Amino acid sequence: MNNILEVHNVVKRYSQHTALNNVSINIPKGVIFGLLGPNGAGKTSLIRIINQITGPDEGYVLFDGQKLSQKHIKEIGYLPEERGLYKKMKVGEQLLYLAQLKGLSEKQALEKLKEWFTKFDIKTWWTKNVEDLSKGMQQKIQFVATVLHEPQLIILDEPFSGFDPINADLIKNEILELKEKGSTIIFSTHRMESVEELCDHIALINKSEKVLDGPKSEIKERFKTNTYNIKYSGELLTTSADFEIINTEQIEDNFSSSTIKLNTGTPVNQLIRQIIDQVELRSFGENIPTMNDIFKMVVNESID
Amino acid sequence: MKNILLILRREYLVRIKKKSFWVMTLMMPLLVSGFYALLFWGVFNSREVQRVSIIDESGSFTQKFKDSEKVKFEYLNLPLDSALGRLNQKRTDIVAMIPKDIVEQPSGLKIYTGKGVGFEIQGKIERIIQNEIRNVKLSKAGIDQKILEDADVDVSSKVVVVSKEGEQKEQNTLASTVLGFITVILMFSTVIGFGMQVMRGVIEEKTNRIIEVIISSVKPFQLMMGKILGVGLVGLTQFTLWITLTLVLTTVSSSMLPSQQIAKAAQEQMSEMPQKDKDKIAKKVEQTPSDASKVMAFIQSAKNLNIPLIIGCFLFYFLFGYLFYASVYGAIGSAVDNETDTQQFMFPIMLPLLAGYLIGLMTAGQTDNKLLFWASIIPFTSPITMMSRLPFGVEPWELILSMSLLVISTFGMVWIAAKIYRVGILMYGKKPTFKEIGKWLFYKG
Repeated sequence: MNNILEVHNVVKRYSQHTALNNVSINIPKGVIFGLLGPNGAGKTSLIRIINQITGPDEGYVLFDGQKLSQKHIKEIGYLPEERGLYKKMKVGEQLLYLAQLKGLSEKQALEKLKEWFTKFDIKTWWTKNVEDLSKGMQQKIQFVATVLHEPQLIILDEPFSGFDPINADLIKNEILELKEKGSTIIFSTHRMESVEELCDHIALINKSEKVLDGPKSEIKERFKTNTYNIKYSGELLTTSADFEIINTEQIEDNFSSSTIKLNTGTPVNQLIRQIIDQVELRSFGENIPTMNDIFKMVVNESID
Repeated sequence: MKNILLILRREYLVRIKKKSFWVMTLMMPLLVSGFYALLFWGVFNSREVQRVSIIDESGSFTQKFKDSEKVKFEYLNLPLDSALGRLNQKRTDIVAMIPKDIVEQPSGLKIYTGKGVGFEIQGKIERIIQNEIRNVKLSKAGIDQKILEDADVDVSSKVVVVSKEGEQKEQNTLASTVLGFITVILMFSTVIGFGMQVMRGVIEEKTNRIIEVIISSVKPFQLMMGKILGVGLVGLTQFTLWITLTLVLTTVSSSMLPSQQIAKAAQEQMSEMPQKDKDKIAKKVEQTPSDASKVMAFIQSAKNLNIPLIIGCFLFYFLFGYLFYASVYGAIGSAVDNETDTQQFMFPIMLPLLAGYLIGLMTAGQTDNKLLFWASIIPFTSPITMMSRLPFGVEPWELILSMSLLVISTFGMVWIAAKIYRVGILMYGKKPTFKEIGKWLFYKG
C-alpha cells in the first residue's frame, strides 16, 4: 500500500520549546488515521505543517510521493478544532467563498453545494446569516466547507466536539462514506471511543515525540497482557505453573470473577482445560486493552 | 493573485453592503453642500425687516440713521421705560439708547432687544455712531473733512504667484488655506478610519477562529493584502461618490442662488453704508470689497486652484498613506486577541499621524516653513502634510521625492507587517510585548 502522506524527521521549534522533535509518520492511502496525544503534545503543530500554515525547521513532508507544495492545498481539507465562520455572512455566500479559496470555480462550487444541501436537508439555510444558526448547525456547515472540494486528504481536529449524538452519528457516517470513496482521513482526538470505532491506523504523539504508531489491531496485539477474565461457580485454586490468579471477587451468591494471567507459551486451551477441572465455568474472555488503556499506559509511562 | 482578488472582493462587498457605508457616503456631501448653502444664506438672506427705535438723548444723531431694505429706523422721544414697553408689545424689535454724554463716553451705548440682535445690525448702529463721533471730534480739533477723507486709505493686497515661465496668477490664500485644512482633516480621519477597519477585520477573523480555515487555503500574506486592498477600495469608492455628489450638490445649490442675486446683495450692502463711505467706495471699489464681494472673490479664486491635481494627489496620498498605515493596523490586529488589547499599540501609531495633522494645520500657508517641508517629504507624515502644501503650489521635484519615498516605504511597511501578521494570527491567549513582536520578524516560515 502506498502512502498518501509521509512525514520525515520533522523538527519544529518555537522560541521557548520544541513542538515536534524528529517526528516521522507514514499515513497509508484510504485509511482513517488517528492522530492521538495529550494536550500540548504537538498534534496541532504537525497538522499545521501538513496544511502548510507553518513550515518545519528540519525534515520534510511528502504528499503522494511529492514534496509538499502550494498545489497540494486543494487536495487537503482541514477542519480545525477551533473553528469559526464569518458571523455576518450568509451561509451560501460563505460556503461559495471558502470553496473558491480552495480553487473551485463558482459554478463547480454551486453544484457541489446543492448536493450537500440536499443531502443534509438544509436548503432553507442558504440565505440565513451564520449568527442565526445554532452551534451544531454551524458545525455542519463547517464540515461541508471542509470536504466540499473533494480533497484526497481530510484532516479533522476533534470533529465531534459540540455535536449531539444524532449529528455526531451523521458526521461519522459521512466520514465512513468519504473513506469508501477513497479519501484518507486524519483524525485528531482525545476521545478514545471514536478512535476505537473509526480508526484503522493510529499514531500517538507525546511530548513532541512520536511514541507509537501502526495499524490499530497490531498495536492492540502488542499491548495485550495475556490476561483473561473468567466467571465461574466453585473455588479456583492455582495448582499449575501455567497461570496465576491476579485477583478474585465474589460477584453474586455463588459466582466469582477472576482475572488470570497466562504464562507465556502456554496455549489457551490448556488453561481452559485446567479450569474446568476445578470449577463450573460460566464465561471466559480475553482481556484486550482498549485504546483508552493504551493511551494512558503510554502517556503515563513517559511521565515516569 | 487569484486568491487576493477573491478575498478583496469579499472584503469589499461585505462593507459596501452595509447600511453604515451608505449613510456615511450620502451624509458627507449633504453636510458639505449644506454648509456651502448656509454660507450663502447667512450672507445674503438675513431675517425679515428689523424695526430699530433710537432714543437719542445727545441729539447729535438726527437724520443720521438711514432706512434700508432690512432695517427701519424710528426716532422716539420717550423715556427708556416706555420705549422698552413698546419692545414688550412687539411694536419694535430693537431699542438703541444713546446717552447724553456719548461723545465723552462712547461705551455708554446700550442696545435693548427682545430676542437678540444680529451681529450685522449691532455693527451697523455702532458704525454710524462711531463715524459721527469721530467727525465731531475731528472738526473740534480743526481738521477739515476733506483732508481726512483723503488721508483715509485702505490698504489691501492681492497675492500674485509668478511661475518660472513668468506666468502670473492671482492667488487667494484663504481659499488655499481652507482647501488645505479640509484635505488634511479628511486625509487624517480617513487613514485612521479605514486603517481601524482593517484592524477590526483582522481581529474579527481571529476571534471568530475562521482564520485557521482560511490560511489552510491561502497564504497569510494573501489574506492580509486582500483585506487591506478591499478596504482601501471601499475608501476610494467612498471618495469617488463624495466628490461626485459634492460637485453635483454644490452646483445645484449655487445655481439656486444666481450670480445676479449675489451682485444685488453686494450692491444693497453698499447702499446701507453712510453717504460719505459710499462716495469713497465709488472711488475705489476694488480696494474695499464688501462681504459679499469677498465671498465672490473667494469662490473665484477657488476656481483658480488646480483642483484636478489636488484630487489626483489626494487619491495617490490616500492610497499609499492608507496602505502604509493599514498594514501597521493589520499587524497590530493580528497580534492581539481583542480590541481592548490594542491600546498599548495605538499610541505609537497615532503619534506620527497626529504630528502630521498638527503640522499640516498649524503651519498651513507658510510656504518656506522647514518643518512643514520635511514633514511633507518623510513618509510617516507626508500623506497628511503634503495636502496642506498642495493648494499653495509645490515644486514638482518635491512632490516626486515625497511620492517615491512614500511608495518605497509602503512596500517596506507591508513587508514588515506581513511578517508580524503571519505569526500573530496564530498566537492566542497572551498579550504580546513589542519585544516579542520584534522577534516574530525573524521567525522562519
